[in-house]
Amino acid sequence: MFGAMLGEAWHAMGANRLRTFLTMLGMVIGVGAVVLMMAIGQGAQESVKQSINSMGSNLFIVLSGSTTSGGARIGTGNAPSLKVGDATAIGELEGISAVAPVTMGTAQIVFGSNNWNTSILGTMPSYLDVRSWNLADGYMFSDSDIRSATRVAIIGKTVAQNIFGDEIDPIGKTIRIKQTPFTVVGLLEGKGQSLDGRDQDDTIIVPLTTAQRKLFGGQFPGSVRMIMVQAETAEIMPAVESDINNLLRQRHNIREGNDNDFSVRNLTSLANSAAETTRTMALLLGAIASVSLLVGGIGIMNIMLVSVTERTREIGIRMAIGARERDILMQFLLEAIVISFFGCLIGLILGIGGAVLVGMLTQATILISGNSILLAFSVAAAVGIFFGFYPARKAAQLNPIEALRYQ
Amino acid sequence: MTESQKKAGNVIRVRGLHKHYMTAAGPFPVLKEVDLDIAYGDYVAIMGPSGSGKSTFMNILGCLDKPSSGEYTLDGYQTAELDGDALARVRNKTIGFVFQGFNLLSRSSLLDNVSLPLVYAGIDKAERHARAAVLLKKVGLEKYYHSMPNQISGGQQQRVAIARALVNRPNLILADEPTGNLDSVTSEEIMALFGELNKEGITIVLVTHEPDIAEHASRQVRFLDGRIVQDSQRGFGELTAEAGAA
Ligand SMILES: Nc1ncnc2c1ncn2[C@@H]1O[C@H](COP(=O)(O)OP(=O)(O)OP(=O)(O)O)[C@@H](O)[C@H]1O
Ligand SMILES: [Mg+2]
Repeated sequence: MFGAMLGEAWHAMGANRLRTFLTMLGMVIGVGAVVLMMAIGQGAQESVKQSINSMGSNLFIVLSGSTTSGGARIGTGNAPSLKVGDATAIGELEGISAVAPVTMGTAQIVFGSNNWNTSILGTMPSYLDVRSWNLADGYMFSDSDIRSATRVAIIGKTVAQNIFGDEIDPIGKTIRIKQTPFTVVGLLEGKGQSLDGRDQDDTIIVPLTTAQRKLFGGQFPGSVRMIMVQAETAEIMPAVESDINNLLRQRHNIREGNDNDFSVRNLTSLANSAAETTRTMALLLGAIASVSLLVGGIGIMNIMLVSVTERTREIGIRMAIGARERDILMQFLLEAIVISFFGCLIGLILGIGGAVLVGMLTQATILISGNSILLAFSVAAAVGIFFGFYPARKAAQLNPIEALRYQ
Repeated sequence: MTESQKKAGNVIRVRGLHKHYMTAAGPFPVLKEVDLDIAYGDYVAIMGPSGSGKSTFMNILGCLDKPSSGEYTLDGYQTAELDGDALARVRNKTIGFVFQGFNLLSRSSLLDNVSLPLVYAGIDKAERHARAAVLLKKVGLEKYYHSMPNQISGGQQQRVAIARALVNRPNLILADEPTGNLDSVTSEEIMALFGELNKEGITIVLVTHEPDIAEHASRQVRFLDGRIVQDSQRGFGELTAEAGAA
């Protein structure tokens, strides 16, 4: 009985292909939009999550220069206000698990006939702990390298690929950074994009002292651009932040009422708000797409109502030969469900295809989760039943003789 | 002998039946105090001028419409007491209805049209098609199983409709002007088919305007202005006397 009715529904759909197609179109667009939007939204969330994980946890960054409402203002011409000593002092505060002073710049690097422009970080061995970063190969330089300012370098994946290619093992090779020869001793693991979209693997790490003396000149010896600080837990971060502020104001002899000559930023909370923003965006996208699904459902109802009117006589004939109310109800309901099912299926295929295309064209992360597919499907089924029910019931409640008389 | 022939008594028993339609000008009476008994295996032709209420009466007999008042007992059941599902069951199993306009589903093949009542009887596809094929063969359409209704003639369409009415083995066939849309030769063919069915024991009630069609039946009943004014079984005088008394 059910099989026969399914067959009939299929038949009825085939009988008026254009109308069936137009009805489905609403569903196709609705489901396609939901799948596509969710893929983009969830992809954005996923890439933010990855960036946050790659950043390191419970991070502060202390920058030279004061903050204004517009952000950090780094006095470029002046000496950076932060000293290596500040970093050491911060490291002695309670609740700090690692500290790394960082000086940085960009430089041309050369290996053989290859050259590449990249950012150079001069820092301490603790930098890797702060960033929760591991080496893929080789070893990290040590404190003694800092003391004697040796010319050793740890290189990121992107750098390695660009100057060594896939064939050559970088470890032990000598590269030139600003003409100065450095020995590559370590290769960093890939970290991917940062929150602001930079390639974190396009970098070289060298000992702080080497960077200060051999690469970026001796203009401001002992000064650093920034200090990265990792707190032990997320809970103590507010306390640690005010401790750092107090400590540095004291060390920099800043009087009450005067502005700081540094700024402390809680990267983790920045990251969390970025995550929150993308989550909201994903929800919004999903909500907008759901509206089109709703519109698709109303389209189905529209067509089904027309179909009931148009087929009143057919309904009368069926009733005259023994169809019960529930048989007619089922017939029209099934038709609505079959239409929304196929609309959903096509929408799903187009949505996934569209998402893959968007991913290829924009390099954005897209994520098609089973959940979003399941959601789209169940919403489509619900929409089909919900909007199919009213016309179906209308058909089922027709009086047989009146339906038969209908012309 | 079939079961219906063995049954004694009446397949149809109508008492004091009234029907009025609601119109803008108020209730419009169409059937007035109709009494009628039809025995199992009978073959009845209903005649009467246009507008005398024949179709209205047939629709009530076919459980497609309900009387305004009065009693209608079908196959031993008080139809007034049956709910929607039970009435659907009666239309499906007890009665086969044949319309003047054939009323086939235009988008279904003949085989599917004939097997449709079996769908609502919950019979599986293989048996449905087997039974429909047997009936199409019986009405002489074995070459047209997969044709569509618009590919065959009116007479052939009416045969399909009769096959459909028979497929669930009803013991009552109700036909409202089954030959109304057919020429006289085709009409004779259809009437021959009805005659055969009646010989098999199926009760037949048909409406017709044509006396020579009515001749095929074993009993003629005449409607006039919503009443039965003549019944070949009861004699003319009896009825006019009743009508006069009423
Ligand atoms: N749905 C309806 N609403 C109002 N009046 C109706 C309706 N159906 C039928 N009638 C009226 O009831 C009367 C009887 O109609 P019915 O169709 O039963 O006549 P009939 O005997 O079958 O006529 P014909 O021989 O032309 O088929 C007619 O006057 C008709 O106008
Ligand atoms: Mg009539």
